[in-house]
Amino acid sequence: MSAAIEIRDLHKSFGSSVALDGLDLEVGTGEVHGFLGPNGAGKSTTLRILLGLLRADSGSVILLGGNPWTDVESLHRRLAYVPGDVTLWPTLSGGEVIDLLGRLRGGLNATKRTALVERFELDPTKKGRTYSKGNRQKVALVAALSSDVDLLVLDEPTSGLDPLMEAIFREEIHAIRAEGRTVLLSSHILSEVEALCDRLSIIRAGRNVETGTLADLRHLTRTAIDAVLADPPVLQEISAFPGVTAARLEGDRLTCSVETTHLGDLLARLGPHGIRSLTSQPPSLEELFMDQYRRGSALTDQAAEARA
Amino acid sequence: MSGYAATGTLVRLALRRDRMLVPVWVLALVALAGGSASSTIALYPDPAKAVEAARAAALSPAIVGMYGPIADPNNPDSIGALKTLVLGGIFLAVLACILVRRHTRSEEEAGLTELVGAGVVGRRAPLTAAVLVASVTVVVTSLLAGLSMAGAGLGLTGSLAFAAAWAGIGLAFVGVTAAAAQLTETARGCTGFVIGTLGVTYLVRAVGDTSAGLGWLTWVSPIGWAEKVEVYGANRFIVALIPAVFTIALIGLAFALLERRDLGAGLVPTRPGAAVGTPSLRSPFALAWRLQRGLLIGWLVGFAIFGLVLGGIAGSVTSFVDSPQVADMLTRLGGSAGSLGDVFLSTELRFMAIGAAAYGISAALRLKSEETDLHTEQVLATSVSRRALLAGHAVIALGGSALLLLVVGAGLALGGASQFNGFRKALGHLLPAALAPIPAVWVCVGLALVVYGALPKVVVVAWALLAAFLVVGELGPLFGFPRGLVDLSPFSHGTVVPGGSVPGGPLVALALVAAALVLAAGVTFRRRDLVSS
Repeated sequence: MSAAIEIRDLHKSFGSSVALDGLDLEVGTGEVHGFLGPNGAGKSTTLRILLGLLRADSGSVILLGGNPWTDVESLHRRLAYVPGDVTLWPTLSGGEVIDLLGRLRGGLNATKRTALVERFELDPTKKGRTYSKGNRQKVALVAALSSDVDLLVLDEPTSGLDPLMEAIFREEIHAIRAEGRTVLLSSHILSEVEALCDRLSIIRAGRNVETGTLADLRHLTRTAIDAVLADPPVLQEISAFPGVTAARLEGDRLTCSVETTHLGDLLARLGPHGIRSLTSQPPSLEELFMDQYRRGSALTDQAAEARA
Repeated sequence: MSGYAATGTLVRLALRRDRMLVPVWVLALVALAGGSASSTIALYPDPAKAVEAARAAALSPAIVGMYGPIADPNNPDSIGALKTLVLGGIFLAVLACILVRRHTRSEEEAGLTELVGAGVVGRRAPLTAAVLVASVTVVVTSLLAGLSMAGAGLGLTGSLAFAAAWAGIGLAFVGVTAAAAQLTETARGCTGFVIGTLGVTYLVRAVGDTSAGLGWLTWVSPIGWAEKVEVYGANRFIVALIPAVFTIALIGLAFALLERRDLGAGLVPTRPGAAVGTPSLRSPFALAWRLQRGLLIGWLVGFAIFGLVLGGIAGSVTSFVDSPQVADMLTRLGGSAGSLGDVFLSTELRFMAIGAAAYGISAALRLKSEETDLHTEQVLATSVSRRALLAGHAVIALGGSALLLLVVGAGLALGGASQFNGFRKALGHLLPAALAPIPAVWVCVGLALVVYGALPKVVVVAWALLAAFLVVGELGPLFGFPRGLVDLSPFSHGTVVPGGSVPGGPLVALALVAAALVLAAGVTFRRRDLVSS
């Protein structure tokens, strides 16, 4: 399977501020790829380079087999974009914007358009300036989703949507994946990424910090353990087990966290002490994200200290 | 008193935001008043000659129509204030409009009033702060302008009367803008309303000043009130109370409207639009046209009215005393000689050409606001090329500005038809002169496009260039600038006096320069990053 997006060692600066500092990103054809990172990490800059709105300083970017800076017209027939900050022309109605953007892209699927306007409960006759944030978002989503393009580039597409509309959005993305089309989904909403994405990339300060499937990434981190033991050992003994941290003992109840690779080891050592009940919780994406985030800021702090 | 909480803070915020805009405008207006006064007086070797010129000007309906009447032709100072009282007053009104609008409707449209209003800020505070800042700016500017005229050697009392007259125009438009900002939902609509009102007040007083039996019209125009102060004549300071009362009434109206509407809304609710796009809405040009057509139509109507009225005034020019002083003054402004009516029209047409260029630049710079509003990003994410996007707006800027001059030419011909034995002959006589500035206007539009393409953060340069062309090209001959400097303005080349010959060479050269600029804009725009904030 060839890659829909292939970015290698991408750099981009605005004056003295570095937005992208050697970013790598690979999105396979037909996958829904989550693109995560804190504010200012460079997500939108990356998307804008992919759309040929910004020119990369260095590095290679291949989008649908073409060059996003030079092959704008042919590539853009094959992709649709929902910007992070949807602004509509104040005097155009939502319906007009949907049709205009679709036609400028090279045509839109009228059946899908009608169905989506209905599903998202969008009033297409309102003028751009009178829509709320969520409704502006719906206009942009309908415009993008009612096309038959190969790639959807979505920058925080559900911001401002209510939970009901978010659910409809998820169904639409599932349908797109079933059709074998590709989605690059930049998001803050971790539950959304968890529910939708095959693979995800976490970036921070313009660099890629982690890429993989959710399972891959979970493997890298810790599992929370909550166990009641018949004959608990002393706390020092547990703390000395490999990979165990934050161990606490309250009577016969042990809570600790363990590196996922040492989970089996820990259970084997606890076995002889008589496990009465055990819950082990895999890390949520949120914990993963926070973990990466903290590591990143720790790195930055170290670097700052080294400079000082 | 409630509703005014945090007005002081908002005034400081406004002053912080305007710390460049206001000083530049104030300096320019003060320099205009003082500079024009001293250079006009310097034109005449002794006061007797100035009095002679003033008497002649007072008898010319063309001059009175354009600049207003002369209060006391026997006072040589009066000629020094002739050109700036009305025309400078219009600039001051534009400044008042910009200041009030940017701190009221623009803020509200951008959602900033909502952000600010959530704090401990009175409902009336933003409008109060805007009106305060604009009013103080207007009064200070007028006072400094009056003092600069006194400094140029004109009488002190008359100069203070001039200040009062100017302040009256400025304050009246503080009031007009404050009310307009409540009526319309958009800053653009607010500007259109105010500029339209300004045009009407100018024309109403022009008709009142020049038409027997319609003299009362001058009394209903805020610009007419400034004339009725009779600066360097009777110096009737009491007349300046009329605009003061008018302003207070309009500001009261603005507050009454403010109390009756929701935040973000105007008085006229937005009607629903079409559920689907019309089949023609499918190209970058169609989008540009859709966005720009309303403004263009407004300008076209304005230019048509100006053409009609000025054509009508011109018809009466030749029937009046054909004084050599008036002819001399008009020739200095118009650049070349012809019959008096032709010279007058030629002068008018040069100012209309500057107006058409201003339209062209603003239409071209719509590209910039589309980009900062993040609309361009969405269009370029479709398979529209940057060249096509630029071309869509460029066609409207270039075509629209040319159309404006065509309309003004047709309006002049229609208004002055009786003088030229019928519309057809009038058209043949006037149209070449009306259309001749088109290549120069296109050079201005081309410059605006290049600045947008290459240096989007400083598009204001396009306006600075137009202002520079106005100063060196139009006012330069009057102030006796060297020829080389005057020739820097594209409007100094290939000019045609009504009935005169059309110089092909310079016009083709200007058109080629304009074409090169447009092409350069396409190339530079293709190479740069899109500005996303």
